[in-house]
This record gives sequence, C-alpha cells and structure tokens, in this order.
Amino acid sequence: MFFSLALNRQKQQHFSIMAVAVLFCLFISLPVFADVPFPKVPQAKGKKCVEETAFMRRNHMELLMHQRDDTMRKGIRTTKHSLQGCLDCHAVYNDENMPVTIQSEKHFCNSCHNYAAVKIDCFGCHNSKPFVKKQPRTEKPEI
Amino acid sequence: MKKLIYQEIEGKSTSYIKVAAGLIATILVGLLAAYYMEHNGHVVTGMNNQIVWGLPHVFAIFMIVAASGALNIASIGSVFGKTPYKPLAPLSALLSIALLLGGLSILLLDLGRPDRLIVAMTHFNFKSIFAWNIILYNGFLAIVAVYIWTMMEGRFNKYTKPVGIAAFIWRLILTTGTGSIFGFLVAREAYDAAIMAPMFIVLSFSVGLAIYLLVLYAAYKYSDRPLSEKLINRLKNLLGVFVGGVLLLVTIFHLTNLYAAEHSGVEHFTLNGSSYAFMFWVFQIFLGSILPLVFFYHPAFANQLKLTLLGAGLVIVGGFFQIYVIVIGGQAYPLELFPEYDVSSSFYDGEVALYFPSLPEMLLGIGGVAIAGVIVLFGVKLLKFLPVSLADKDIDPHYNSQNKVANKK
Amino acid sequence: MTDHENSAKNLLKAPDNKSRRKFIGIASGVTGMTLLAPGIFLNQVAQAKTDAEAASSKVRWGMLIDTNKCKSGCNDCVSACADENGWKNQTRNNEELPNEVRVQWMRKVELKGKKTGREVSLPVMCQHCEKPPCVDVCPTGASFKRDDGIVLVDKHTCIGCRYCMMACPYKARSFVHSPVEFHDDYMPRGMGTVESCTFCVHLVDKNKSPACVSSCNEKAIMFGDLNDKNSDISKRVSQVASRQIRGDLRTDPGVRYQGL
Repeated sequence: MFFSLALNRQKQQHFSIMAVAVLFCLFISLPVFADVPFPKVPQAKGKKCVEETAFMRRNHMELLMHQRDDTMRKGIRTTKHSLQGCLDCHAVYNDENMPVTIQSEKHFCNSCHNYAAVKIDCFGCHNSKPFVKKQPRTEKPEI
Repeated sequence: MKKLIYQEIEGKSTSYIKVAAGLIATILVGLLAAYYMEHNGHVVTGMNNQIVWGLPHVFAIFMIVAASGALNIASIGSVFGKTPYKPLAPLSALLSIALLLGGLSILLLDLGRPDRLIVAMTHFNFKSIFAWNIILYNGFLAIVAVYIWTMMEGRFNKYTKPVGIAAFIWRLILTTGTGSIFGFLVAREAYDAAIMAPMFIVLSFSVGLAIYLLVLYAAYKYSDRPLSEKLINRLKNLLGVFVGGVLLLVTIFHLTNLYAAEHSGVEHFTLNGSSYAFMFWVFQIFLGSILPLVFFYHPAFANQLKLTLLGAGLVIVGGFFQIYVIVIGGQAYPLELFPEYDVSSSFYDGEVALYFPSLPEMLLGIGGVAIAGVIVLFGVKLLKFLPVSLADKDIDPHYNSQNKVANKK
Repeated sequence: MTDHENSAKNLLKAPDNKSRRKFIGIASGVTGMTLLAPGIFLNQVAQAKTDAEAASSKVRWGMLIDTNKCKSGCNDCVSACADENGWKNQTRNNEELPNEVRVQWMRKVELKGKKTGREVSLPVMCQHCEKPPCVDVCPTGASFKRDDGIVLVDKHTCIGCRYCMMACPYKARSFVHSPVEFHDDYMPRGMGTVESCTFCVHLVDKNKSPACVSSCNEKAIMFGDLNDKNSDISKRVSQVASRQIRGDLRTDPGVRYQGL
C-alpha cells in the first residue's frame, strides 16, 4: 500500500527495513508464548550431591571442564567432580532396571538440557551410563 | 589523464539473474554436501587414514593461494606506483576477499568437528603454522577491507599507499604460511622443503592474475563496458613472467630432490611412476605452463584475445593440478619408516595409497568456488568496484587520438 | 686376622641341608616374584602415582620391543589394544568398516630386507616422541605431550583438522571416520576427532601395564620409566643394542626396537 504512494526511495527503504526488523523481533519472541512445562529432574541416588544443588545448577559445567583438563592434561583422576562420579548417582533406570543412555529423554542430563535447549557434547565420546565393573568391551552397539 | 568514474553494474539482465541463481543453487548443494559429511562422518568421502586431506583441501588451498595473488594487481598499482594498474585495484581487492572466503569456508566445513570453530578461534598453539594461518587469514580480510575503503572513500585516498604496502607484506607472510603448511612437515618425502614457501608465493602471483584476468574480461564483456585490449596484453605479459617463475621454482625443487639419493623414491613416483606423474607432466607442465607461455609470447599467437583467455584458463587448470599433485600425491607416497626393508602391514605401510574423490567432496569444493563467485557478482553490483570504462582513451596516459588504438567493445 | 680373612673363613664353613633347602626355597620364591612382577606391576613403590597426583616430568614412560621374539602373523598385542581401548569392532549399518577407514592404533609390520632377505616382524604404534611433530602442528593444542612423556589427543579440543596425521613420521594416528557405536568408560572416543596409542594411560595411571605389554606371551614388549636408572627397561636398554625408528629425524621416540 505504501509503495503506491509517492514516497521517495529512501523512505521506502527505511520502511522496508523497519518492517523486517519488527517482524523479526516478533518471530524470535514466539517461544515466550509456548507452554513448555518446567523440567522434572529425576531424583538421584544417595543423600546429597558433592556440591549444593544451586551451586551445581550454575556451575556444573565449570567443574566438569576443570576436572576434564586436570584429568586429561595432568593425569589427576580424583573422583569428586568426575563425570563418572556424576553418572554413578544420577543414573536413571528404565522399566527393565537398565540405565538409560543419553538417547533417551529420561536421561538425567536431558531433563534440564532439553528444556534449556543446550546441546550436550560430552556423550559423543563419553559413556552416558554409570560404570559397571567388568563390562565386556565387545558387546553390541548400544541403542 | 582524466579522472576515472567508478560505477556499480546494473545487474538486472536475465543472464545476471541466471548466473546469480546458478551460483546460489551451487552453494546450497555444497552446504548440503557439507552437512551430509558432518552428519555421517568422513566415511562417506574418499578420504581415509592414508589420504587424510582430499579434494576439498585442494580446492581450499588453491583458492587461498589465488586469493593472495589476486591482490597483486592492486599492489602493483598502490605499492609500486604503476599507474595503468590503479583502476584495476578495487576489483583486485574484491576478488581477493572473495577467493579467500570461498577457500576458508571449504576448509572449515571439511573439519571433523566444524561445530568447534569457536574452540579453534580461542585456543591457539603458536608453534603451529595452522594457528598462525588462522590469524593471518582473518587479518588479511580486515586489511583488504580497509584497503578497499581507502580506495573508495575520496578523502582516504592518500592512505591507499601505506595500507597497500601493509597488505602486500601481509600477503607475502600469509602465502609463506600457506606454503609452510607443507614445508614444515619432516614426515613426508614430498614435503619438508623450504622452497615450498617461495613456490607458493610465485604460484599465487600466477593463478591470482590468471583468475583476475578472466574475471575482469567477463565483468566488462557482460556489462557492455569497454576494456582496452592493450591492457589485457599487458596483464598477459606479466602473467607469462609469473608462469615462468613457477616453472623455474618447480624445476629447482625437482632437480634438487633428484640429486639426493634419499629422495629418489618419491621423485620417481612423482615424475615417472604414478597417475600423479601424468597429472604433473600433462596438466601442470604442458597445459599449465608450456602451452600458456607459447600462447602469451610466441609471435604467431601473442596478443590474440582468445588465445590469451585460453592461456589464462590453462594456467588456472595447471595451478589446480599442481596443488593436487602436492597435496594428494604427497600423501599417496608411503612414509619411509624402514628404508632398507620391503614392508607390509594392515595399515598400508609401504603401499601407495589410493584415492578417489567422492561426490560430496566435489560438491563442497565447487560450492566454495560458487561462494567466491557470489561475492564478486554481488560486490560489483552493490558497490563501485568497476570503472565505467577501461578503454584506451580513458586509461592510457599516452593515448593519442591520432593513433586511434582500437577499443575492445 | 683381618676382616677380609675372617669373612673368607666364614664362607668356607659348609651349611647343613636344612638351611640349604630354606635358602633355595627363599631364593626361588624371590626369583619367581621378580620374574612375574614386570608383566603385572610396573614400577617400584617409589614411583607409584596416586589419583590426586599429577603426572610428573621426573618420569619418562618408554617401551622396548624385542623384535627377535615377535612372530610373523601373531597379532596378540594389536588385539589386546583393540579390546582394551574399544576399537575392536568398528561397524556402520551393521557392517564392518572398510579397512582404509578403520582406526588402527597399532599394527604389526612385516619386514623383509631388500638386500639381506632377513625377515622381521614388529608392532608399530605412536612412538611418544620427546619432540613430537604432531604436537608442534596442532592448531588448538589438542595434541599434547603430558609431563611424563605420554603423547595424547585432548578430544575436547580437537577440531578434526588432521594436520597431526600429516605430520606424524610414523603414521601413528587415525581419524574416526564414522560414529562410534560403543562408548567406553575409560577410553572415550568420538567421531570427527583424531586418536592414537595412549600407552594405555588409564592403566598406567593406576600403576598397571599397557594392554599390549600384558598380552604378549613372548614378553616381547617391555614398558617402564626410562628416567629411572633402576627400572628394568633402563637396565635393558643400557645392555642390548636397540634403536629408534627414523631416529635421524631427532624426534627422540620413547619406543625402542631391539633386533632391527
């Protein structure tokens, strides 16, 4: 409608840019109107975590990254902040009493990460199930 | 000499739109190929644990080397003060950015973990020439952007020379870095040579100018702007010098290697005993160097536009195959762990490795070329990179109306 | 009488049968233990590392491989490595990967002298160089050398550029071309990164031997601390002729070969 009026070229360009900007802002704010339930984080084994829950929520990534560098680069293999330590307590079991892997949305890490839409990189390499002694290494690929 | 007018091309003709659409489609297919490779792993490509760098890397290195050389034309004008080259400078800078971005996108999309680009930009091992190259390539983009700005913004024209000098030096360091990727590797018989760096520098001059020449011709032909044939011939003569330079360094490289008993195996492989030998002699030497030199300088062929353009095209093909022989051929020849023994193992020790480029790799490589094409195509439409006329009467300071030099239409 | 003559006299006193038997019993026991020990436990108590300790540059882990004991066609060490580190089964869509994209941390190489005709068989893996070219070329520093000499790839930082594979003079590294289907607890591996022999660092840090060492029936591979003059490996390399592969490159590998 506006283009049929005798507006000069510059004003037309300004209008187009404004229109696109407004539409874009509306578009990316759509998720606000979505109704996604707050995640139900599965109960873990044991009485309490190695750190306070609030601290963990904010800083678990820092702890993991620090620990991974300590272990990888220096060979320090303490277990307090190790990934295996986390998985031991926070493993979620399915109906057959088997621990679920990261492929399942019931996995402990996925319960928050799916909600926050933050992709987890760890389990491309790391095992997402708790460590089981004498696990045969030639078992079939995990699902 | 009267002041030149630079103007954007119209870019509304059907052929322009068709080319743009074709290039964008090529880019999309290339991106699809990259996604396919990233999702399924490199098992879907022809690359393996013996040939770890394949066709995408050949494309990428070729384009990065060409990018550096494409800026040469601008440098000749700004740094060495040759007036006839000054009108050619903006397009030269645009082409150089386009080729570099195209080459870098191929390289990044071929990584095993392209999602870790941020890691690559924040973790630097300064002993690695790769890490230095990341800094050099990004710095190059910034410097050339500033360079273009000084050329286009009237009141900054006085800075064109110092920025041009900076860009020139940066370019030499950058191409040294690219050549040193191979020159620093002691492991492989075909690499580990200091001459790699200067060879890459002169190769960049050669293929950069060849690509520039063709792009310049195409830009003026398809926008119906006049282009002096004398100018083309001047560029052609310079291109011939660079082709000769590359030939010289390649000869020195191989003669030196042939002299040493240590390298007799790899030299026999490269020059005589493999499909790479065929590529070397037929594509790199004959089609890529000798034939263009004949077309450029032999009195029966020189100064004929069609042969000049053909020669430039052949130089590009020859340069591409030179990189192919270096990158792929250098990996195909087995590592010499036990020179006194015949070796065999499950990991192909002692065997010449086989490599067949796969479709995803080809599409990714061509997609990168299309990225460069799109940048140039849109660049000349959006900004004033091209002089309205490069006819003799407009650019030749010695033009005499009585001489009536024929203008190229 | 001097002390010297006194002790000489004592030596000449003949021991009785009971103490002789006791002596032989104890001596056999001790000998047996020292024979068994190198294959199972690495180092003397002095060097044992706890979990909380960082790897120390006082230690330099190395290997001595006696190629005279290596049989052509025997793949025990390679199999053990594959089992231990999770690269035994590499499948995609239920099919084994083609050999050229299969990850191989170590391989048996069969040699035949060009002029001599002498046949040798030996395993080749990451040589854990003192001056690793792979570490020099890695743009992100993912390829690194730990203080105790073990060369590793930090898969968290590896971008999969494969430059280290170009740079390695021993072709020791492999690129993971296909999604990893089995995630090991102690040797995480993933697609898109580069990997190679780690000297079974997860075992070494618990004072155990690498898998290849323990699996060899001929005891052809010896592993230990090259910096410790009293370790078995240090003593052996000071006595027998051994050499490094491509020693002229001066990368100073930690793996030495006897009989080559």
